[in-house]
Amino acid sequence: MSTPTTYAGPAPARTAEPHKRIQRTYWQAARRRLLHDPVSMGCLGILSLIIVAAIFAPWMTSYDPYTSSIVNRLKPVLSPGFILGTDELGRDMLTRLIYGGRISLLMGLLPILVATLAGGLLGIVAGYFGGKTNMVIMRVADVFFAFPSVLLAVGLAGALGAGVVNVLISLSLVFIPPITRVAEAATTQIRAQDFVEAARGTGASAPRIIVGHVLTNVSSPILTYSSSLIGLSIVLASGLSFLGLGISPPLADWGLMLNTLRQSIFLAPVNAVLPGAMILVASVCFNLLSDGLRTAMDVKP
Amino acid sequence: MLWYVLRRLAYVLPILLGVSIVCFSLLHLAPGDPLTSVMPEFASEQVIEQIKRSYGFDKPVPVQYLLWLFNVLTGDLGLSQVANRPVWDELVPAMVNTFQLAAFGIGLSLLCGIGLGLLAGYTRRLVTDRAITTTAIIGVSVPHYWVGLVLIAILAVTLGLLPAMGKAPPSDGFGLNDIRHMILPAVTLALIPTGIIARSVRATVIDVRKQEFVQTLQANGLPPRRTFLHVIKNASPTVLAIIGIQLGHLVGGSILVETVFAWPGTGYLLNTAIAYRDLPVLQGTILVLATFFVMLNFLVDLAQPFLDPRMTRQ
Amino acid sequence: MPATVDPPESVASDPAGDGRPILSVSGLRKYFRLRGGLGGVGQAYVQAVDDISFTVATGETLGVVGESGCGKSTTARLLMRLIEADEGEMLLDGRDVGGRDGMSLRTLRRNVQMVFQDSYSSLNPRHTMAEEVSFGLTAQGVKRAEAHRRANEMLEFVGLEPAIFADRYPHELSGGQRQRVNVARALALNPRLLLLDEAVSSLDKSVEAQVLNLLIEIKERLGLTYVFISHDLNVVRFISDRVLVMYLGKVVEIGPVETVYGSPGHPYTRALIASRLSVDPRRRIEAPPMVGDLPSPINPPSGCRFRTRCPLVEPVCGVADPVLDRFGAEPAHLAACHALVPGSGHSKAPDRSAGTALETGGSPS
Repeated sequence: MSTPTTYAGPAPARTAEPHKRIQRTYWQAARRRLLHDPVSMGCLGILSLIIVAAIFAPWMTSYDPYTSSIVNRLKPVLSPGFILGTDELGRDMLTRLIYGGRISLLMGLLPILVATLAGGLLGIVAGYFGGKTNMVIMRVADVFFAFPSVLLAVGLAGALGAGVVNVLISLSLVFIPPITRVAEAATTQIRAQDFVEAARGTGASAPRIIVGHVLTNVSSPILTYSSSLIGLSIVLASGLSFLGLGISPPLADWGLMLNTLRQSIFLAPVNAVLPGAMILVASVCFNLLSDGLRTAMDVKP
Repeated sequence: MLWYVLRRLAYVLPILLGVSIVCFSLLHLAPGDPLTSVMPEFASEQVIEQIKRSYGFDKPVPVQYLLWLFNVLTGDLGLSQVANRPVWDELVPAMVNTFQLAAFGIGLSLLCGIGLGLLAGYTRRLVTDRAITTTAIIGVSVPHYWVGLVLIAILAVTLGLLPAMGKAPPSDGFGLNDIRHMILPAVTLALIPTGIIARSVRATVIDVRKQEFVQTLQANGLPPRRTFLHVIKNASPTVLAIIGIQLGHLVGGSILVETVFAWPGTGYLLNTAIAYRDLPVLQGTILVLATFFVMLNFLVDLAQPFLDPRMTRQ
Repeated sequence: MPATVDPPESVASDPAGDGRPILSVSGLRKYFRLRGGLGGVGQAYVQAVDDISFTVATGETLGVVGESGCGKSTTARLLMRLIEADEGEMLLDGRDVGGRDGMSLRTLRRNVQMVFQDSYSSLNPRHTMAEEVSFGLTAQGVKRAEAHRRANEMLEFVGLEPAIFADRYPHELSGGQRQRVNVARALALNPRLLLLDEAVSSLDKSVEAQVLNLLIEIKERLGLTYVFISHDLNVVRFISDRVLVMYLGKVVEIGPVETVYGSPGHPYTRALIASRLSVDPRRRIEAPPMVGDLPSPINPPSGCRFRTRCPLVEPVCGVADPVLDRFGAEPAHLAACHALVPGSGHSKAPDRSAGTALETGGSPS
């Protein structure tokens, strides 16, 4: 009854409604696309396998990862009882690779998580408020960005000293600046849109607009970018471990295994490069999955 | 043009200052007293005081920073605690070795990257497309220190074609043996830049070939290879920028590869510095490498307008 | 500041018709700093809005026209306080906004709302229409359920069936429907003054007419006041009671719409009206009425800003900045042109009372 009647004709969409519209939000559409991508699903499968194996490591293998055996040193791959051979102290490679995944994956994922939260927050604040706030945050980010990532990670971890927590801190610091940049760029772009102006025009406070309008739009570019860094984070974390900056023996992650087995490369080259293959597989899978995620989220809204 | 240089300089100088602050803080990040590693094991109170004063550690931190900065600017990076020599003396030969390797690596990646990129750009098909993107993703995912090990395992250990580690003894003079020692580490280093250069060259080729004037020329019977000049012209600024960044990453990131190949460069120096907690060497090396990285990108920025005239007129 | 600021009397001399002014603006100024320039040296400014004054009467529609880049949108954003003015005073219902004892920004925003040009940018692509319309209400402290109910009501009010449209995303709507949502969002807070910034400009002609009719009906039913910004002179003539013409951040002419269109005073207004596309072949344009491009607002011409493109340009135009003044039979019709002011020194100036020389002299830096 309150519908105005002076304008001509009914709105087209009202009549053109014979088929039932499938209710689907942006995230549902993106998930659906991701689930239909064979490469992404393959990677997800491999990663799930590695992760599940790492979590349930004690039930996955009958060997102890830390008990060495002089007799069984450097058994080649496909030896009876040792599918992937043994390491330089006679420990089952498969068992150590499964256990090693625990720390390697954690060291890859945690810094990205921390950096996404911190960098995302910094970037959104810088992008939304602009001006001096932006300048201070972005100039500091530029300084950290001026270091090659490996150098910064090595420098920080080297100064802090060996240890898992120090590696986590260093890697988080390495990844905060690039994520801040991406978040800032995305936020600046959204900030200039009329719907943000309209929201400001309603008298909404900055935090409310950031949560209600900015976050909904910048979270997907930030998340896709962050996820694309997981692979690098795993490679870097293992690299620091490889330099002896991470966990200490007899515990091991893939990087440290690569380091200790390196001495045996002339005796058992295949065994020596196996841990690196795990790093490669995990990193490639995360990167392909992230690429799939990016494509899936690239749905025109 | 002068205005452009000054503007870039106004941007770079604060960054360099920031870099120096970060490097200075590295020493203070270290757990405990930054001097514990310098102190003789059973130092008397007096000696401790004296060392503290000689390092300026009795003064407030900002003053310490300024003193340190002054020393750095006059070429004094402190003393290596392991070798008991000036850090600078340790750093120079290491840097020479690193740059040798980096130059070899970047040359290799330019050659392969541009070649592959052109190839991919001119033979663009859907299958090739997907294959290239996948390869590129795998390329950037590879832990290159591991590739080094694989190369050693295959080419040096199994086939025995090339030396696995180290640098040729200097007594022979520069020659074939040096190059044989450099091949494996250089190939390893070149891996990632090759992929990135290839990807950008390919994108430029596709871009140029999509441009209207090129399509018009081709419609008029211009053979595709004649677009080559445009491709080179258009790709050169991007490729230059990539080389700038990648050379920096190569030098900065060579620590892992140099460790794998026991190549006596800055990376190896860093590795020993970490192993013995020789903080002055760590700090000095990182400062010099980061400064090098910043200056490299600054020079690339300065060179850009010569390659891309659009950049001077804004 | 140049000596050409309109004294408050000139605001008073802009009679806003019958109603009391809901909004009166005087000496509004906004310069945007450009990037570059080290410190203060060589710093360039865009003079987006330079010293403009006008009033809006309660219940009227004030049309604002001008080429793109003339400061129309900046003016709207200044009125909404989305950007802060460098100088100038703005009174809503005679009360200062944002001042110490003026009204709060919150009150302003309950009273004044803005409808943006339809574009994908004006609606959040991730919000449903109900979310979009109710956002402002929840921001003003309305409970979620209540806000949602009100959003549905507003959607229905602008002719969008809530059952169909409430849960839709912007990309599922046509341009006209999106613009109705924009209107609904602005109306949700129950404002009295609506700023319409190119609100129908990007719509198809047929849809444009629908939305215009909707706007007219809403205005009557809710007793609103409109400031209608557009570059389309035909649309402005159709909807407005009075029209304000802007050129390079300045008001060059203001007056009742039929008077301005019928007997434009400023050469720029004349050129604008002459350049309108006409469907009548007998009124075909013979020669381009204006030559040259809009000068840069970074370094606007001295004196009269239109002089670089004006057919009547004379030396005096480069020296003195013309002020808005009454010139014709209609007392509410003002223009800022030396050729209309007796004794300005312009040869085309009417020669009634000579004497008042260049008292308005002084050129902006």
